[in-house]
Amino acid sequence: MSTQTTSPARPPAVRLRALGWVRANLLATPLSAAVTLLCLWLLWQTVPGLIGWAVIDARWSGTTREACQGATGACWVFVRAWFDQFVYGFYPVDQRWRVDVAGIVFALFAAVLLWPGFPRKRVVGVVAAVAFPPACIVLLLGGWFGLPVVETRLWGGMMLTAFMAVYAGLIAVPLGILLALGRQGRLPLIRTVSVILIEFWRGVPILTVIFLASFILPLIVPAGVTVDQLARAVIALGLVIAAYMAEVVRGGLQTLPPGQAEAARALGLNYWKTTLLIVLPQALRVSIPGLVNEFIALIKNTSLVLIISLFDLLGVAHRAKSDPQWAGQGLEAYVFAGGVFWLVCFALSRYSLGLERRLGVGKR
Amino acid sequence: MATAPRSARRPPGAGVKLSFNDPVVRAIFWQIVIVGAVGLVVWWLVGNTVRNLEARRIASGFDYFWREAGLPIGEAMIEYQPSDNYFRALVVGVLNTLRIAVVSIVLATILGTLIGVARLSRNWLVAKLASVYVETLRNLPLLLQLLFWYSVLQSLPPPREALNPLPHVYLFVRGLQMPWPQWTPELGTVLAVMGIGIVASFLVRGWAKRRQMLTGEQFPIGWTAVGLVVALPLAVFVMQGANLPLDVPTLGRFNITGGILITPEFTALLIGLVTYTAAFIAEIVRSGIQAVSHGQTEAAAALGLKRGQALRLVILPQALRVIIPPMTSQYLNVTKNSSLAVAIGYPDIVSIANTILNQTGQAIEGIGTIMAVYLTVSLSISAFMNWYNRRIALRER
Repeated sequence: MSTQTTSPARPPAVRLRALGWVRANLLATPLSAAVTLLCLWLLWQTVPGLIGWAVIDARWSGTTREACQGATGACWVFVRAWFDQFVYGFYPVDQRWRVDVAGIVFALFAAVLLWPGFPRKRVVGVVAAVAFPPACIVLLLGGWFGLPVVETRLWGGMMLTAFMAVYAGLIAVPLGILLALGRQGRLPLIRTVSVILIEFWRGVPILTVIFLASFILPLIVPAGVTVDQLARAVIALGLVIAAYMAEVVRGGLQTLPPGQAEAARALGLNYWKTTLLIVLPQALRVSIPGLVNEFIALIKNTSLVLIISLFDLLGVAHRAKSDPQWAGQGLEAYVFAGGVFWLVCFALSRYSLGLERRLGVGKR
Repeated sequence: MATAPRSARRPPGAGVKLSFNDPVVRAIFWQIVIVGAVGLVVWWLVGNTVRNLEARRIASGFDYFWREAGLPIGEAMIEYQPSDNYFRALVVGVLNTLRIAVVSIVLATILGTLIGVARLSRNWLVAKLASVYVETLRNLPLLLQLLFWYSVLQSLPPPREALNPLPHVYLFVRGLQMPWPQWTPELGTVLAVMGIGIVASFLVRGWAKRRQMLTGEQFPIGWTAVGLVVALPLAVFVMQGANLPLDVPTLGRFNITGGILITPEFTALLIGLVTYTAAFIAEIVRSGIQAVSHGQTEAAAALGLKRGQALRLVILPQALRVIIPPMTSQYLNVTKNSSLAVAIGYPDIVSIANTILNQTGQAIEGIGTIMAVYLTVSLSISAFMNWYNRRIALRER
């Protein structure tokens, strides 16, 4: 049998490319044409109004509410006035350079790690995972090296959102891998513990876990010990996402043919060597796109801390809306916060798609 | 994955010598260590909790369930007054959670399926609009969308300047007020006839299936069902004089009375949950349809099935197998996400239990109640969906 494929015959040339395209893709049948018209009508009804509100009738310059008097469009002056809070929350103005430094270092690490084929990635990765997190907390919280203490209740905005997402992710990834290994392992007691933990955290809303951490954590630690409100939120988010990530990793483990682990055993590797050298590298390769999707869910879920009065990006928008100086404004704040969340989540989801294609999931 | 040999028996003749090199001994040892550690941590935490509760003089137990709540609730599906007890308040909350979850699941499934099919449309504009919808909605936090919709609804005019999009339908700051049929014995008969029609359609379907298996003759079951469920009750309704008294809202000086009021909290939560979940359901439906290979459609056509028949008998049953499991987790997500109601003041179980928790100070019982409710609902939905999934699963013959 010939394995060569013949190239398919080219379709007959269409004289008028554009017209042909329109006829094939917009007016193929009477129904299709009717639907096209309906869509065009819908767009005509909404898009000019939206552009008018957001751009043409909007007020961009000024500093006070008076700049927006009588405007029928958006009042972006309001967002500009609150912009620093959107980024830093209520972090003291003269200490904001610390947030900037942490952000820049984080961005550098992220760029290097997400860059395919960057040399010595493993070293950078270990530094990013081991040295950066505690150093960053010391820098932001202060109290050492002559840095004044900035309490976490002053943290807020994008900085807090990023902080929660990163640290909850740092808890969730290793814990999720351990839970998945426990669930897929042979030891019945450990399997039971893992299954119960995974199903419990997945069965209840994240919001109630945040409540749990917020109300019950202070009760179960020894008297006199206080756990920071932010730490409670991060632990809650990390635990829940760990359970979801465990299921993603389990999916990855299940795609692996059992022959891989059996071959490793036959070569005399013990459990941890088999797991770390043979099983996990292959399973995680399959799981990474799913893990990125869970991370996107985590970023969206950080906004829930608004309910226990932490001011993340959405929390600042919510607070800005009730600012008496800007009474009557509000939607602009949500639109701005939404735009930031959307950019980050959309970029990550595209990255995850690209990763899936590059790692060739399902094609190996 | 099995990393140790499947049958880790001791080699023959080794006797009963306990050695740490024996995989069985090692497995038992590590399990005891880990479970013991977990047990110690739990014991320590429980001890702390008991001491803390004593120190703060917080009562424990569920006795407070039977005390008077004194808690006003905006909307309840059963009779409820603030003088009722806490237990009844919690039941109101559970019912409100179930109400929003069921309505959202139904509407999100319809909207999501439409958008998922639209994304596969050969019409370029429709496909593009559908993907813009999906990419916009699913990359925004749900809480943000809820707060957005709620503040849009809050900016509606007061009752006196209520918007009047349809006759007798008023849209204003306190919600959407619209006409609602009044209960009459005639309406009861019509509904009863409709119920009988539904049961009868199922019976006819069973009979038609058996007859087709035996004789190959087909029976127009679809039209029969429409006749039994829609036309027959309609005929009964007309025969009784087509009398349907409506409770029509009327515009007063400060308020609108009559009809049924859908609160802005419920509406915002509904819009938010439905549009957000529909984006995820659309992706599930799309990938489900794409998972059925094109050869199936062609084979069905070659066998002489009409397009509708091919869709109903060949494509959908195969697509559903791919769709059901992720759809289950979306339904669970809707139920869990309805807990965000607390942010906009819709009295669901979380919001009511949270208020009670602040009144009584009994955090452990309060959060335990919420979690028990959600675990029950989650487990019931997944049990039902697993049953349905098994029913449509591929049976290898």
